Amino acid sequence: MAEIQLKSLAHSYSRHPEGPGDYAIRQMSHTWHKGGAYALLGPSGCGKTTMLNIISGLLAPSEGDVMFDNVRVNELSPKDRNIAQVFQFPVVYDSMTVFDNLAFPLKNAGIPKARIEAKVEEIAAILELEPVLRKKAKGLTADEKQKVSMGRGLVRDDVSAILFDEPLTVIDPQLKWKLRRKLKQIHEQFNITMVYVTHDQLEASTFADKIAVMYDGQIVQFGTPRELFERPNHTFVGFFIGSPGMNLIDVSVTEQGVRFDDIDVPLDDGQKQRIAATGSSNIKLGIRPEFVQLTAAPADDTWPCRILDVEDLGTYKIVTLQLGEQRLKARIDEDQMISGDTLHVGFPRQWLKVYVDEFLVDEQTEEAQS
Amino acid sequence: MRKVPNNRAWWLVLPVFILVAFSALIPLMTVVNYSVQDIFGPNAAYFVGTDWFREVLRNESLQASLGRQVVFSAAVLLIEIPLGIGIALLMPTGGKRASLCLILLAIPLLIPWNVVGTIWQIFGRGDIGLFGRFLNEIGINYNYTADPVDAWFTVLLMDVWHWTPLVALLCYSGLRAIPQAFYQAAEIDRASRWAVFRYIQLPRLKSVLVIAVLLRFMDSFMIYTEPFVLTGGGPGSSTTFLSQTLTTMAVGQFDIGRAAAFSLVYFLIVLLVSWLFFTAITYPDRDK
Amino acid sequence: MTHSKRRGFGITFYILLLLLPIYWLLNMSFKTNQEILSSLTLWPQNFTFHNYAVIFTDPSWYDGYINSMIYVSINVVITLLVSLPAAYAFSRYKFVGDKHLFFWLLSNRMAPPAVFLLPFFQLYSSIGLFDTHIAVALAHCLFNVPLAVWILEGFISGVPREYDEMAYIDGYSFPRFFIKIFIPMIRSGIGVSAFFAFMFSWVELLLARTLTSVDAQPIGAIMTRTVGASGIDWGVLAAAGVLTIIPGLLVVWFVRNHVATGFALGRV
Repeated sequence: MAEIQLKSLAHSYSRHPEGPGDYAIRQMSHTWHKGGAYALLGPSGCGKTTMLNIISGLLAPSEGDVMFDNVRVNELSPKDRNIAQVFQFPVVYDSMTVFDNLAFPLKNAGIPKARIEAKVEEIAAILELEPVLRKKAKGLTADEKQKVSMGRGLVRDDVSAILFDEPLTVIDPQLKWKLRRKLKQIHEQFNITMVYVTHDQLEASTFADKIAVMYDGQIVQFGTPRELFERPNHTFVGFFIGSPGMNLIDVSVTEQGVRFDDIDVPLDDGQKQRIAATGSSNIKLGIRPEFVQLTAAPADDTWPCRILDVEDLGTYKIVTLQLGEQRLKARIDEDQMISGDTLHVGFPRQWLKVYVDEFLVDEQTEEAQS
Repeated sequence: MRKVPNNRAWWLVLPVFILVAFSALIPLMTVVNYSVQDIFGPNAAYFVGTDWFREVLRNESLQASLGRQVVFSAAVLLIEIPLGIGIALLMPTGGKRASLCLILLAIPLLIPWNVVGTIWQIFGRGDIGLFGRFLNEIGINYNYTADPVDAWFTVLLMDVWHWTPLVALLCYSGLRAIPQAFYQAAEIDRASRWAVFRYIQLPRLKSVLVIAVLLRFMDSFMIYTEPFVLTGGGPGSSTTFLSQTLTTMAVGQFDIGRAAAFSLVYFLIVLLVSWLFFTAITYPDRDK
Repeated sequence: MTHSKRRGFGITFYILLLLLPIYWLLNMSFKTNQEILSSLTLWPQNFTFHNYAVIFTDPSWYDGYINSMIYVSINVVITLLVSLPAAYAFSRYKFVGDKHLFFWLLSNRMAPPAVFLLPFFQLYSSIGLFDTHIAVALAHCLFNVPLAVWILEGFISGVPREYDEMAYIDGYSFPRFFIKIFIPMIRSGIGVSAFFAFMFSWVELLLARTLTSVDAQPIGAIMTRTVGASGIDWGVLAAAGVLTIIPGLLVVWFVRNHVATGFALGRV
């Protein structure tokens, strides 16, 4: 087990990168602590797999260092880093039996036979592979193959970390849930550092204690699922986490704060100063649909808006609203009734976030937050 | 692949059927017809039943030629298959250099077989050939026209030169079809280079190796032109293989009945051994 | 990366060895017979085109090349024309005797050409095709058609059936679908089949020589003329040999991009 530290890491697949567009991973630093269960969440093509391959050593980063327990391992092969990785699509050694597949990484490390057998049986039991243990891997179903693939990562309990690259993509939903639980269980049992790459927020939050959200070659936020939900650090986190994503409204700066249409939102002095300091005009307000307040009657700090659509999703409803030029989504309880075609909308101040150049500008200072 | 029962598909295979029947069935019938008759002239033929077959099977010069043929084909397979795999593993995995390698490797395959014989006839000569001259200069007494061992060595070397590229090209395309993820997984699993070869590359080369082994067996077992040009089957009959024996018998001595019986036995041996190879290589695939 | 350097060295070394005999032939083709016989020189001291001039000025020489090209081309065309529909049928349909037919076809690839020498000679003589290009082309179909059917069947089976059905739904007639949609999809399969048909027809001599005498005589048979009363004309023999390598080089140049995928014959 190890603490994995990425120091000013950057990677480009082109040999002579010109400009940030050529980078799959833009310069960043990050630490994965010992024994944690982490998820790396982001859309396709954001650099998740690249980062995973850099950590495991399949790929050498173009810039920066990879440190395992404060030792630079850039030049070490996956073998010497002693790391396990499970790939998106099942990789099984066709000509071997399931048992031999699971035993393969252990045999290669020269572990005594008795211990291999015990370890393989243990993992096969957890993954429910016992019935097929003596079968050739070639004839397995896709589910079983992926379980074998995962098993090869899990049999090694001496590893620095286990990396999962969207391991459940080819598995059907029911089993997916079960396997996710299994992984969590294994993590609790062996306390191995695990990094789990996925583009599914649900998968990330059920597996991980802390989630790193990756966007455009950078980790834009690293936090618990709750932090990501309540205090998205970046508009992308707001948009990507939650369903539907955060409402984002373009605003302009005024004396008291910011303004869109004819609605003024006051900001505190610290925020105003920092917005002014950036000199940027790319300013957005964000509020999650869950926190948008809807009332039938007007009140202080509410604005009338038109109802465009109501989607009933069984346990809750999504209301689409037209407020001036803006289109907003609000999520309300199943039993809250909506009538007529006009409602009054309010934005609780504590849930209204300000973003400058896509990054959060909070009320408190940033030091106090983290 | 899901196939639809449709007997009208026969119309699509009819041209092939007619063509191959014309080129194979009629001549084969002729051969069968000859093999059971003794022919003295245009209108003088007698039915002799299986006499020719019995004689062919007992004929010592044919047995000797069959023996040489078996040794030759075995040597060809034992050398060319491993060597071809090795070369495929050495080849660049992509880009311009890979293309260049492929083109250069393919050259020997596209040279007419008599020219292959000519090339080695010249190359191996002690006076005007680079190879023969070189061996003699460094003190090895080498003369493929006089010494049976040298002749064998040269014929074998020629075949290795000529056909190993085919095995290499087949294996190369087999290797390219292995997804990168397998190599990555093996690296993660701490597999040694040998283990990567044994458990990833070799199993996935199986289907191309079946093709390579079958093609190399068939063509080496039918070899005629190259050794005929190179050594003429000599010295003595040391490099006379089955096809040459047969051709001499049929065209040279016009010994048609015996040649026909011999032809059929020859054909059956190729079929039988090909079937054995095919079954032996693909057998372990069937899950017990 | 010392490992990849070693690999590069290994493959370079092998290819050099592979090219050495060919270089020697090329070297000799630019020498005079006197130079060839008098001393061993690593490159031509008196560089001459004389040997090539002999071939290009004598119709009985260059006709041999033309004859070979003609029957090889006819063979490739026939092979592809009959094999494509048959391979399609074997890949897509079940019909009476399909398996037996397929194995019977393949078994012909295993027939030693020497077996068919005499019957072929008689067959083609009796129907008046002896010493014609078409006779050699048809005889070569014996081993090229089975191989082509087998290769193409592999490639066609790699194309999902849904494409065929989609085309029917879109109102394509079968021939139009086959030519417009299907053939472009199995391009590399066709390229590889043509390559193999060319290769085995171009290099074969035993049947080609037996079925011809003058009008359709292949270059391989003409090359034996270099053996004269005064010994072998090495220079001209070498030049003739070099010229037989060039068509193959051109063909492999055209299919070079399909070689890596195509040589797996659609069966990996």
